[in-house]
Amino acid sequence: MSRRAVRRLGEGLLSLAAFLVAWKLLTVVTGTPEYILPPPETVAASGADAIGSGVLWDHAAATLLTIVLGFGLGAAVAIGVGIALGKSLVIERVLSPYIVAAQAVPVLALAPLLDIWFGGGLFSRVLVCALIVFFPIAIATMVGIRSADPLLREMLRSLGASPGQLTRRLEIPSALPVIFGGLRVGVTLSVIGAVVAEWVSASTGLGVLINIADQGLFDTPLMFVALAALAVIGLAFYGLVVSVERRLVQPA
Amino acid sequence: MAAGNGQATARIRTDVGLAARLSAIRHVFKGPEGELVALDGLDLAVPAGSFTAIIGPNGCGKSTLLRLVAGLLAPTAGSVTLGEGAAAAPPRAGDGRAGIAFQQPRLLPWLTTLDNVALPLALDGVPPAERAARARLALERVGIAGAAGLRPGELSGGMAQRAGLARAMVSDPPLLLLDEPFSALDALTREAFDAELQRLWLERPRTVLLVTHSVSEAIRLADRIVVLTARPGAVATVLPVDLPRPRPVQLTDPEVAEIDRAVRSTLAEVHPPELAPWSGEAAS
Repeated sequence: MSRRAVRRLGEGLLSLAAFLVAWKLLTVVTGTPEYILPPPETVAASGADAIGSGVLWDHAAATLLTIVLGFGLGAAVAIGVGIALGKSLVIERVLSPYIVAAQAVPVLALAPLLDIWFGGGLFSRVLVCALIVFFPIAIATMVGIRSADPLLREMLRSLGASPGQLTRRLEIPSALPVIFGGLRVGVTLSVIGAVVAEWVSASTGLGVLINIADQGLFDTPLMFVALAALAVIGLAFYGLVVSVERRLVQPA
Repeated sequence: MAAGNGQATARIRTDVGLAARLSAIRHVFKGPEGELVALDGLDLAVPAGSFTAIIGPNGCGKSTLLRLVAGLLAPTAGSVTLGEGAAAAPPRAGDGRAGIAFQQPRLLPWLTTLDNVALPLALDGVPPAERAARARLALERVGIAGAAGLRPGELSGGMAQRAGLARAMVSDPPLLLLDEPFSALDALTREAFDAELQRLWLERPRTVLLVTHSVSEAIRLADRIVVLTARPGAVATVLPVDLPRPRPVQLTDPEVAEIDRAVRSTLAEVHPPELAPWSGEAAS
């Protein structure tokens, strides 16, 4: 590991330690009961149990699958639609009212409808996740495609580039930094989408685990374990998107 | 060589073909604030193999004229054709008959210099190995073979401009269009560039259409200087430059001052004084 990597790891651990100490102090100073705010060591113990029994992994795996499929589907369609929106003002005029309207309706309200249409299976959950991911990525792609330098556009036109070549050689590479901005937002939203979908219809998943801990078991520490697992998943996917971005996007 | 070839060569020489012809051109830009007539009543014939400089201040339609020849714009009225006789046809951007180098290098920042120069070939579907070889050759000809692996952000202004020139020439078009390609460079770099452009042209004669607003550059490089009128642009006069080649950077021939005076007096006639920066420029 390079010195820089060691330092960054150190910074991360230090901030995590400070967060845990502050959390512990809060429970001690305020004397909040465990069923409202359990101290970190109780949550850790509960987490160790959940990992040991395999419960946490079963639920996390279901959520991960929804996120991977939902984000993948949502991002792929969003980038395709975003390119079409960016390239054609007519398409944008015709489609954007529907896209904006669909985004304005809360996904929590759409999820039960999708459940009725497509049944309570994995497909409905993936769809909810894909829907919530779609908007920021499609809009970022559209804006990015339009941001291509007009002087470079003219240069490519002087070389007889077809619209497809223009997209592949100029518009997508110029849009990449903006598209990745959308992907960063989208990937964190995909975690929310998966949990919302699981609340509506699922038998396993971290969203389900939260419901079980809350209404079935009154197990607040387990709820915290599920929340922590979601946070870790969100951070991991965000980190993954950022590392792909570092590979693909050249610093200007 | 067979005996018959001498005759053929002689015929080509006596009947110098046309590389491009612009007839009764009118070009109007329509904007939100109304219409702008950039060119009106412009006629110009560009002989094949000639080096033609087009001079005039910004706004007189020089760049518009070049874009019409490149096929990037279609004239509002009139006709533009490249070639002659049965082969004469309106230009179509990317048809391989003209290469253009712009005022800015316009390189794609995410590609290496080599890939940027090879771009016209890549768009035409030339196989990777062949296009790399041809792009390397083009980079050698403009003197920046060492920059092949660098990205545009790592090039100096002069190197980037050379790369732009190499890209315009990589598919070896018979007509080379240069839109003030050296105007952003400092005076010394620019003179060196002029000398190299002349060398490239002497090595491989082709038709060159150079837009410039430097009288001395036009005299250093061109066979003919086309002076445009103020907007809407038309041809005010065409002055021949019959100086021996290769011409040095510092021209000392007695005719130079005469041509210089002729160009400047035409410019002074057709342009209002505030648009004529030439009045202050020293003849070189």
